[in-house]
Amino acid sequence: MSLEGKTALVTGATRGIGKAIARALADQGATVVGTATSAAGAESISADLKAMDAKGFGIVMNVADPDSIEAGLKEVNEKAGVPVILVNNAGITRDNLLMRLKDDDWSSVIETNLSSVYRTSKAVLRGMAKARWGRVINISSVVAGMGNPGQANYCAAKAGVEGFTRSLAKEMSNRGITANCVAPGFIDTDMTRKLDDKQREAMMEVIPAGRLGEPEEVAAVVAFLASEAAGYVTGETIHVNGGMYMG
Amino acid sequence: MSTVEERVKKIVCEQLGVKESEVQNTSSFVEDLGADSLDTVELVMALEEEFETEIPDEEAEKLASVQDAIDYIVAHT
Repeated sequence: MSLEGKTALVTGATRGIGKAIARALADQGATVVGTATSAAGAESISADLKAMDAKGFGIVMNVADPDSIEAGLKEVNEKAGVPVILVNNAGITRDNLLMRLKDDDWSSVIETNLSSVYRTSKAVLRGMAKARWGRVINISSVVAGMGNPGQANYCAAKAGVEGFTRSLAKEMSNRGITANCVAPGFIDTDMTRKLDDKQREAMMEVIPAGRLGEPEEVAAVVAFLASEAAGYVTGETIHVNGGMYMG
Repeated sequence: MSTVEERVKKIVCEQLGVKESEVQNTSSFVEDLGADSLDTVELVMALEEEFETEIPDEEAEKLASVQDAIDYIVAHT
């Protein structure tokens, strides 16, 4: 299996897209460490990986908290080895029309979805540079490109992630490190289940594929970007959205 | 225990992938040893790790040669 002997860190791996990514990388032979915000979440990640007879486990890490990231990375380095694959998947939404958006809604989304990517990437780059091999894969969103009413904070953070990724790609390319984004459209997860019927109906009208995506369909693209075969793909955003937006 | 000079040179060799015979005290990291900007950042980080010290950015910029690094380490550790 292609990722045998490599350690992967996947943030927000308890459910949805993150869980599918953890499984897909484990399936390729990687030792996967998934992060959760609670001890129960971390245990469920460990159990899930164990059930598929894979190496890896869950840890508690709050990506919005620099101290927590530092402690988490220390634990990963000690127990699983230095991660050479980083998937920044953890994210939150705090939707509201801009005129009603609170400062806290803005800053918490920017911290959790954008600043966290800066911090985790910085924390693992040294190890990747030493290994002369690395994969940073950031989960963006279709709305980073197309915009979405009620999500100015989320769209700003995700568009920020894409710009960050392109800079990182240019800085680290000559060390065998690639940095890419995967931008899911509407995927069947808790995040989209929060939408009401009217929103879902409107959504279906703009998705040529006529259905929501599955988390596994996003994870498959992440697994490709993590692979040896994707070594010449960098600074790219790959859309996985059933045709609703083509950049 | 190796001297500071030996330890600095060893790190320079490891980080820049050059032979020990190529590394003189007067060697410039960029001009003589072919370091790019990322190499110099990595080199400074490796020195920080080896000598358990923190080198501020404004000081790190001044470390152009092997001797500069040795002098800095001797003065600050």
